[in-house]
Amino acid sequence: MEVRIAVASGKGGTGKTTVAVNLALSIGAAQLLDCDVEAPNVHLLLHPRGVESKPIYVKVPRIIEDRCNYCGRCAEACNFNAIFVARDQIILFEELCHGCGLCAKICPQKAIVEEEKVVGFVKWGWAGEMKLIWGELGIGEPSPEPVIEAVKSRMDEGGTAIIDVAPGTSCPVVSAVYGSDFCILVAEPTPFGLHDLRQMIGVLRRLGIPMAVVINKAGLGDRGVYEYCEDEGIPILMEIPFDRRIAELYSRGIPFVQEMPEWRMRFQEIMEAVRGMMG
Amino acid sequence: MRQVVIVSGKGGTGKTTVAASLAALAGRAVIADCDVEASNMPLLLHPDVGERRDFKTRRAEIDPESCLRCGLCVEECRFDAISDFKVDPVKCEGCGVCAYICPTGAARLRPRVSGYLYVSETRFGPLCHADLLPGESNSGRLVSLVRERARAVAVERGLDLILIDGAPGIGCPVIASVTGVDLGVIVTEPSMSGLHDMERALSLLRHFRVPPLVAINKYDLNPEMAERIRAFCADRGVEVAAMIPFDTAVVEAMLRGLTIVEYEPECGVSGEIRELWRAVQELL
Repeated sequence: MEVRIAVASGKGGTGKTTVAVNLALSIGAAQLLDCDVEAPNVHLLLHPRGVESKPIYVKVPRIIEDRCNYCGRCAEACNFNAIFVARDQIILFEELCHGCGLCAKICPQKAIVEEEKVVGFVKWGWAGEMKLIWGELGIGEPSPEPVIEAVKSRMDEGGTAIIDVAPGTSCPVVSAVYGSDFCILVAEPTPFGLHDLRQMIGVLRRLGIPMAVVINKAGLGDRGVYEYCEDEGIPILMEIPFDRRIAELYSRGIPFVQEMPEWRMRFQEIMEAVRGMMG
Repeated sequence: MRQVVIVSGKGGTGKTTVAASLAALAGRAVIADCDVEASNMPLLLHPDVGERRDFKTRRAEIDPESCLRCGLCVEECRFDAISDFKVDPVKCEGCGVCAYICPTGAARLRPRVSGYLYVSETRFGPLCHADLLPGESNSGRLVSLVRERARAVAVERGLDLILIDGAPGIGCPVIASVTGVDLGVIVTEPSMSGLHDMERALSLLRHFRVPPLVAINKYDLNPEMAERIRAFCADRGVEVAAMIPFDTAVVEAMLRGLTIVEYEPECGVSGEIRELWRAVQELL
């Protein structure tokens, strides 16, 4: 059965990558996608072989100043405030541009043309039998979505795919979780963890994606996350204790199920539970 | 007016812990929480909200009555947001291309509230912060508004420092947090991921010509890796201003809604954050 399972959290550093990688290894997932293209880390833990890569292009406007008469219609139309026009000057703020193409369409002088520009790379390789696909957003590029879409479009049909999602709750997160059958939320049992978990639950409810929680660094913090999950009827699948050994293995770039094989079974069990919840 | 931003690349390295402590040490500063998707500063600073404004964005809508189903909008939308002549509000970025090309005016942009912008009072000074509603876009623009408001508040009250807590990553909200600031503090952690993501954050600061300073948080969870990060920084002439130890007191402070420098001023963490604050002041 083909299943896509996203691993998300809202807050950064709660252990999304740890859960995604260890889960994928334990259940023998066919594919693991790293959609945190601003800070991709999955490949650091899995050392993929046979890596290939492809640039991602988006369209960006270029202004031909000779043709521009500074009428200002482009600046007025741009909904992202990416163009500034003065009496005899036009400036494009590339970091605000979403590449929608409206300015080029609207310019009466045909002074704006669109060109292709590389905004990042999609890469893929193999960790044993598992296909690993990840993306890297170029430095200074504002929009990770085209790179995330490119990562997802390289996904093969069939088999279980685990998707590691960026922190936050806005467009990059939505792009990554969109189309997933289920989402595992990795939460840290602290006030920060609870606040950001609630935000992320809001995103998933809006998208209609079923969810369950894994608590990481259990033992630190308080009961807030547990109580909230109980009130909201969101199942808690597993607790990973705050354990110096697990933290140390992560810091060295080693998935902890490789050194602590007793955890494999527990990840297999949560996968069974997830399948059960998906019906 | 001076502006200092706290960034990290990787999430969860301790940006907010460090930023809130710097705010406590600074005393006279405007604090800007620019992690609008996961705004945690209020959990430590308990803001008394004085001003709340709606953050409005626009989304396309198609009126089925006047729609000819010609398909032009579907073809021209770069965000794949229109299917079956309906707009997916989650995918729509509000660019307005559909409204512009629609021959009958059936596609239109409509404003809606996507979040809130606040100016609040805290025990360490004014806090400008925001909440982006779950799943909304345009976090970069909201960050720019938070910073604009912070500058105005600084001028009004004669404060000459703005402390900005940034978001994880290197994309639009982070870019909006770092442009035009005087100093960027990167909080990293001693792991492969911490090093990798710090490199990307350093490149971003360099790209926008922001001088960097590094703090290695929880360095003793892997002293060897911390040393590697320190050597990496030394090679590039980047100062590591603090080596902050791991201490569960940081979590205890968070549970009490306090910064660590208030909760346990004598602990190693607080000492290192004071070192960091000294380095920040020196560079400013």
